[in-house]
Amino acid sequence: MRRLLFILPLLTLALMAGFFAWSLTSGRDPASIGSVMVGRPAPKLDLPALRPGEAPLTDADLRTGKPVIVNFFASWCTPCLAEHPLFTRLREREGATIVGIAWKNKRDDALPWLKRLGDPFKLAGFDLDGKTGLDWGLSGVPETYLIDGTGIVRRHYRGPITERDLNETILPFLKGAVK
Amino acid sequence: MLCLLALLFAFPALAVEPSEVLPDPALETRAREIGRALRCVVCQNQAIDDSSAEVARDMRRAVRERLTAGDSNGDVFAYMVARYGDYVLLKPPFKAGTLILWLGAPLLLLVAGAALLMAARRHRNTPIAAPKPLDEEERRRLDALLKG
Repeated sequence: MRRLLFILPLLTLALMAGFFAWSLTSGRDPASIGSVMVGRPAPKLDLPALRPGEAPLTDADLRTGKPVIVNFFASWCTPCLAEHPLFTRLREREGATIVGIAWKNKRDDALPWLKRLGDPFKLAGFDLDGKTGLDWGLSGVPETYLIDGTGIVRRHYRGPITERDLNETILPFLKGAVK
Repeated sequence: MLCLLALLFAFPALAVEPSEVLPDPALETRAREIGRALRCVVCQNQAIDDSSAEVARDMRRAVRERLTAGDSNGDVFAYMVARYGDYVLLKPPFKAGTLILWLGAPLLLLVAGAALLMAARRHRNTPIAAPKPLDEEERRRLDALLKG
């Protein structure tokens, strides 16, 4: 019993060291706030089109029987710039259906930005006051949702998507392999 | 002294802008009450009322819209949890996943108290053994030391 008491500090240290090692190596992000959207039907979509003359975006656009990628972006957002080429690639090489939503971004800023970088969006919405963003549980831009053919959210990325996300999840998802 | 006084009366700066304030003071009071309990989702540990982040402003506006539409405070919290999960509540709910959070500290206190009590009882029950009387050799050394 007495000897056990002497081991206690060492045990505590080992426990803490173990936790720290796990935190450092497991890729756990303590700043992640998770998402309640995954596994649920996509939130309401009812937005004017970003590009002039196009039809407004509705829920029906997310329930076409085919997987859809929804990306919230803004021209003032630097990480959006970083992930943009990946969306271009998804559109050109995979023929992915990508819905872009300009969040808190004026048309006069968002449209030239897309013109300059290339526009990978099949549909583009315009959420100037961020109300749709709130309904989607958005914390900022960029954020990306993978929505399956029946309109269920399968993944929710907070922050820019990466090459790794593309290879490990998004490409399999487009082939219907991610549930 | 003046500095101390200033510190005493320093309140955390509210990020609520005058343009956001509702004309109905009763509703605004409720909005503030809710705003202090909702966590800004991009600032880790700040209430939306204290944060000037874009999304915090949107959330404050949504709170006021819901209240104006006739929602109860509980409805507004449910509205936010449906979008951002329990994370959005600065006071986490009491449920299976948060049992350790709520009961961990009191439990630890209880265990420590019990251990202390047991140790104290054992200590009291152990009789203090009378010291062994000095033998001849020790007595001689003590005498020598005392005489200096």
